[in-house]
Amino acid sequence: MPAPPSSVSARPDRGASIDARGPPGSSTRGSPARARVGLFVTCLVDLMRPTVGFAAVKLLEEAGCAVAVPRAQTCCGQPAWNSGDSGNARKVARGLIAAFEPFDYVVAPSGSCAGMIRIHYPELFAGDAEWEPRARALAAKTHELISFLADVRGMTRVAARLPSSATYHDSCSGLRELGVKRQPRALLATVAGLELREGKEAETCCGFGGLFCVKYPDISAAITDVKTDDIAATGANLVLAGDMGCLMNIAGRLKRRGSGIAARHVAEVLAGMTDVPPIAGD
Amino acid sequence: MESSAGRFETNARAALATPTLQAALAKLADGFPARRLEAAERLPEFEELRDAACAIKEHVLDHLDVYLETFERRVAANGGEVHWCRDAEEARRTILDICRRVDARTVTKSKTMIGEEIAINDYLERHGIRPVETDLGEYIIQLRREPPSHIIAPAIHLSLAQVAETFRGSHADLPPERKLNEPDALLAEARAKLRPDFLAADVGITGANMLIAETGGNVLVTNEGNADLTHTLPRVHIVIASIEKIVPTLEDATVILRVLARSATGQDITVYTSFCSGPRRPGDLDGPDEYHVILLDNGRARLLEGEFRDMLRCIRCGACLNHCPVYRAVGGHAYGWVYSGPMGAVLIPALIGMHEARHLPNASTLCGRCESVCPMRIPLPRMLRAWREQLHRERRGSFLARLGFSAWASVASRPGLYHAIMAPLIRALGNLAGAGRSFRRLPFLGGWTAARDFPAPEGETFMTLWAEAERKRKPYADLRVSCEGTPTDVKGARP
Repeated sequence: MPAPPSSVSARPDRGASIDARGPPGSSTRGSPARARVGLFVTCLVDLMRPTVGFAAVKLLEEAGCAVAVPRAQTCCGQPAWNSGDSGNARKVARGLIAAFEPFDYVVAPSGSCAGMIRIHYPELFAGDAEWEPRARALAAKTHELISFLADVRGMTRVAARLPSSATYHDSCSGLRELGVKRQPRALLATVAGLELREGKEAETCCGFGGLFCVKYPDISAAITDVKTDDIAATGANLVLAGDMGCLMNIAGRLKRRGSGIAARHVAEVLAGMTDVPPIAGD
Repeated sequence: MESSAGRFETNARAALATPTLQAALAKLADGFPARRLEAAERLPEFEELRDAACAIKEHVLDHLDVYLETFERRVAANGGEVHWCRDAEEARRTILDICRRVDARTVTKSKTMIGEEIAINDYLERHGIRPVETDLGEYIIQLRREPPSHIIAPAIHLSLAQVAETFRGSHADLPPERKLNEPDALLAEARAKLRPDFLAADVGITGANMLIAETGGNVLVTNEGNADLTHTLPRVHIVIASIEKIVPTLEDATVILRVLARSATGQDITVYTSFCSGPRRPGDLDGPDEYHVILLDNGRARLLEGEFRDMLRCIRCGACLNHCPVYRAVGGHAYGWVYSGPMGAVLIPALIGMHEARHLPNASTLCGRCESVCPMRIPLPRMLRAWREQLHRERRGSFLARLGFSAWASVASRPGLYHAIMAPLIRALGNLAGAGRSFRRLPFLGGWTAARDFPAPEGETFMTLWAEAERKRKPYADLRVSCEGTPTDVKGARP
């Protein structure tokens, strides 16, 4: 099992370039403002792929943020919300709101979890006198990792290097709820040695859909096959995405079909943390 | 129409195992979305048009009673008649009464989804009247006694060879050695077969893409021109339309027409756009003697109040079907009723009841592509979720799933307990995985591993590793962020 990557304990090494002087409204004269970011690791990264969490910390620090990881975090509540069980979704969401309220920003290495907080928390608590304002306030400062780095922190390049070819899968929530599209591509274009190949179906759902993939495995697999065929057609040897759900699904299906294409979270590549084996890889 | 929505899972499995269907669906997914995108990009004001079209429908829904009554008065002034029908049975009986009064034997039909909704063909046949579909796709599936599998392309599930086989079987009077391997040959044969029926029909039944309140007329769009022959040649024209099809003015209709074809097929406009103005007026060279409009509610008025109201903006373009990964995988018949795809998954439970249709709102990844292409900006994913809420409220889901969520929420709302349980569990799972780094099979995750490997976790949870890393980290010079995650600014003030 992996030790925490050593680079994380180092201070920001200015490996990445920041355009702006940090976010408006919080600048300290003379030096880039240090935004206090609460990292919402997300349950899948916490449990399945901690490397993505460390990659997020590294990238955020490179972008001049002070990062903390509140221990009082678990899950955003999305599985219950998408299953129509708002009661249990609220129960979990309240804990998350309380844990992250003190920060300037909440950042998650997932478009789907960030979308849950940003778009759906206000719906989840609509009409609740105490919690709706708190949910709205949290929603307003919550971001998906890569778009936060590019749009809020003005990151334009990374110091990473990876001699490979990759295709990027647009996760549905990130793409359609949060407008994550050009940011990961722009930053990936600065990874030395990495060639980006666009899939024709890059914006098509991978068939994960949370519990959908276990409730309707046959349909899910058929949808995933469209995706993995498209990935294979690009000729890339690596598929990248910003969401662990999609990645586990795509990687699992690729492996089952005997494909040699590797799958990784985009943050691992941007942070130069590709020493760990790819998802589901040897 | 009778429903098989309750057997969605079985239907879907059968669809996935039908190669001709899969080939047809792959072709559809390749064609329509790209053509829609090109059409939208050709028109700089496309997004504004979507907003304008939406606003028209919203306004109509706010004043539905006013516009429907205006429409009725205009139809009457033109010499036609509006028949208000609460449900399918009332609509069927009204249509049959008209047909019987004029002694109809043959009824030609141009495409009407409401006709499918009330299963008018079966009904007329049972009462000795011969309905003839004149839209090529509808004609084919009528011969095959199948329901449509797509709103605008009802026979999209069939290959050319299947259609040829159907024609050979049904047109037994034609020479068996004739060639039917080109679409044009099939079209020519259908046209020749339909011509005498167009001329013989006593009644023509059409749908309506829109009803226009200010004129008391209706709009029909087709690419084959069959609607024109259906409503001008017979003595009687019956329009079947649901109540939300009304728009205030001709100008409003043109706004909606501009988004309709572009969203549906990527055409700027359909080949034919027909405006019917009612019965033949003195001096008119052609047109029917009688003009009847069957105004069907069938559960729609109920949707005006509440969370499914936006669905009444739907103009039946089919864009959500064309862009839906689930529709693309299983096709329209799997949904088990008249409609399909995302709009079907929202509408069917409202029209035939949740018990029968409970699978449909669940069988979606909520990927949101439908909403992004819907010309009327209908929040389809939000409504699918709303149905799931209702299913949950009514305790129709599986008992085990309910229990699972409650147990999960109890643990996930206690972070200390959650991390204490998860860390050793994940460690064990990581150790179990071995060199392959994925599982081919796992207990409780059969749904996952049926189709894909389950990737092994790295081993330790992030929270465990982070706690270790935190102890070694140098604190930030200008500000402190504690391990527990409460930021305390060294200099005091928080922004």
